[in-house]
Amino acid sequence: MFEYDPVIYSRILTGLTLGFHVIFATIGVGIPLMIALAEWIGIKRNDEHYRLLARRWARGFVITVAIGVVTGTAIGLQLSLLWPSFMQVAGHAISLPMFMETFAFFFEAIFLGIYLYTWDRFKKKIYHFLLLIPVVIGAAASGFFISTVNAFMNAPTGFEIVDGFVANINPLAAMFNPATPTKVAHVLSSAYLTSAFILAAIAAIALLRGENHVYHKKALNLTMTVAAVFAIATALIGDLSGKYLAEYQPEKLAAAEWHFETSTEAPLILGGVLREDNQVEYALEIPYALSILAHGSPGAEVIGLEEFPEEDLPPLIVHYFFDAMVGIGMYLAVVSIVYVLMSRKRSWNELNKPLLWAIFAGGPLAMIAIEMGWFFTEIGRQPWILVGYMRTAEGATTANHVDIMLYLFIALYTILAVTCITVLRKMFKSNPVEKELKDRGME
Amino acid sequence: MDYEIIGITVLWTFLYGYLIVASIDFGAGFFSYYSSITGKHHIINKVIDRYLSPVWEVTNVFLVFFFIGIVGFFPSTAYYYGTALLIPGSIAIILLAIRGSYYAFHNYGAKGKSFYQFLYGATGLLIPASLSVVLTISEGGFIILQGEQVFLDYYALFTNFYSWAVVLLAIVSVLYISACFLTFYAKKAKDEKAFHVLRGYALFWSFPTILASVLVFFALSQHNPVHFANMLDIAWMFSLSFLFFLGAVYLIWKKKRLGLAFIFVMLQFATAFFGYGASHLPYLLYPYLTIYDGFTNEAMAIALIVAFIAGFFLLIPSLYLLMRLFLFDSQYAQGKK
Repeated sequence: MFEYDPVIYSRILTGLTLGFHVIFATIGVGIPLMIALAEWIGIKRNDEHYRLLARRWARGFVITVAIGVVTGTAIGLQLSLLWPSFMQVAGHAISLPMFMETFAFFFEAIFLGIYLYTWDRFKKKIYHFLLLIPVVIGAAASGFFISTVNAFMNAPTGFEIVDGFVANINPLAAMFNPATPTKVAHVLSSAYLTSAFILAAIAAIALLRGENHVYHKKALNLTMTVAAVFAIATALIGDLSGKYLAEYQPEKLAAAEWHFETSTEAPLILGGVLREDNQVEYALEIPYALSILAHGSPGAEVIGLEEFPEEDLPPLIVHYFFDAMVGIGMYLAVVSIVYVLMSRKRSWNELNKPLLWAIFAGGPLAMIAIEMGWFFTEIGRQPWILVGYMRTAEGATTANHVDIMLYLFIALYTILAVTCITVLRKMFKSNPVEKELKDRGME
Repeated sequence: MDYEIIGITVLWTFLYGYLIVASIDFGAGFFSYYSSITGKHHIINKVIDRYLSPVWEVTNVFLVFFFIGIVGFFPSTAYYYGTALLIPGSIAIILLAIRGSYYAFHNYGAKGKSFYQFLYGATGLLIPASLSVVLTISEGGFIILQGEQVFLDYYALFTNFYSWAVVLLAIVSVLYISACFLTFYAKKAKDEKAFHVLRGYALFWSFPTILASVLVFFALSQHNPVHFANMLDIAWMFSLSFLFFLGAVYLIWKKKRLGLAFIFVMLQFATAFFGYGASHLPYLLYPYLTIYDGFTNEAMAIALIVAFIAGFFLLIPSLYLLMRLFLFDSQYAQGKK
């Protein structure tokens, strides 16, 4: 391909592992909440359909958890294998949240194991539901702790550099750095949104196929309601994230928006193509919107890329990632809100085909938005691995053969993805809802 | 006590925990596959599946705990081991990934896919071998420093007597620990047939285990005489280990008090493992890195220890609940729940 450079290969391999892991991590954070809601409603309303929903979701969930666990283990080890110099330095400041993440994961793993094997084991149904609470908390806590580590890399605080060494460390200040609140909130909220949409897509495709069972309608209603709530929450938090960037990482926001010159009344640029002399063509400009996004007022001044030295600028491609993320986020919000509004009115049919197709498309789109968001945030802080302190190239391994490892992992993830899809399809095809309802004597 | 000592003791304890639970898991995967090709699968697979299914995820966490913890307490290990272990570490990750996911695919998804079973059975033996490389290179002699650069000398590693002795010990002890545990569990499940088969495995693997241990002692005395001399200073721990071994084998032979027999197995490995660890100190990587020069700052050390204690109070009751529901609930073990 190109000349062997461990830095490039380390970056690609880390990106690949994280990109693959984040699919399962997002589901891992979000789905337990959906299972818990379904089971709780099932118990409260004494409606076996909802309990079956929880049961079937949980069954598929285990398969994705397995891949989430193994890829999470992979990235945990790869941090040290691919970024030894970075870990040697940053380990002094960030090992607390990483350590606590494993505790949260431990907690979740124990109760998930119990939950999955105690269906129908307790006389009181609610006991079984209670087992899910530590799973939901553990999943959210893992997301929380690991996001603080990433937030630290974007906004390193809680330490000083004395003679090239990290000194005067305050582990809590490092954990609760300025990026933490918006990052954690955005990660959790978007994970719930995405998981709800993925489950909604499953219900939507069943209805589109003409499986007219009330079970699917209940599934769609629950997931879309949750999706609408978290779509609004995600949009609000996204706005706060924009304001955070304007204040702490203006070069990232400016790169996302192709905002070259510092100016007031800055417009927001959608899409477009960048010419060589930084002229933007074919883009849609929304006047004042960037100033509003950045500072909440149409006349506010937004710092442009010209203020930064060339070597500190992130790649301008992040503009597309940013647009894709925001665009899909808006789409998800519109679809879920339209569904909820239509379902409130008796005379409107919320199960019309175009809307069902739109919901179905929302599942994969939501996952793409997650990927785009992470691409934006990670590539947007290049060339830094520890913004302001350590360049990415300084943190990478010097070992040979990172390229071979990259090919090995590409093979591994391909195999895992293919088997995962095959197993999940087989699992649900060979045991459709109608059959299971009959088997359990619910029809 | 120094924070360094507390840190390494915590980590070593987690590694010991991993050694036990992972051995049960890896060995069980192997026995499960082995029994299916020898036609004994229907006899023992129930016992294995009922124990493993609820706990497989927990096993993995012990390992994650160790490697996150060691970078936390001793960030310099990331630099030395991280650079040197790129290839063996990546291979271990891939094996763990295949094993973990195919375990789930086999057990929750496509039941009866023997290829999936083969994958998780076979990787179960390769993982201990690949992970034991870390212990081997910690003895020194395999890592070359050239200026700032760290290299792992593969030729030295693959032609070294000591490294092969460790691999051998890792594999046979996995099978031995696992068989001893499953013997106990089969008895608990009142599954006489499975008990009979598994007891045979346990007795069979006890002999190579003790032979391999002796071999490792001998190889280490050649490879790292300093460490070996330190081990002789605490020879009583290794003698104790041998006594526990004899006790365990005796009880399994006599089919008596199998719970106690497994506790003896755990103590056998605990004494040997902690004896090995204690005599290795203060080195993390002989002779480049000790627990003192690679240690994290004090503030982080205190934070980690506090987090550890808090987490411990959360974990112990949870683990107890897990064991109550699945391990020590004879109704569950017998398949009645």
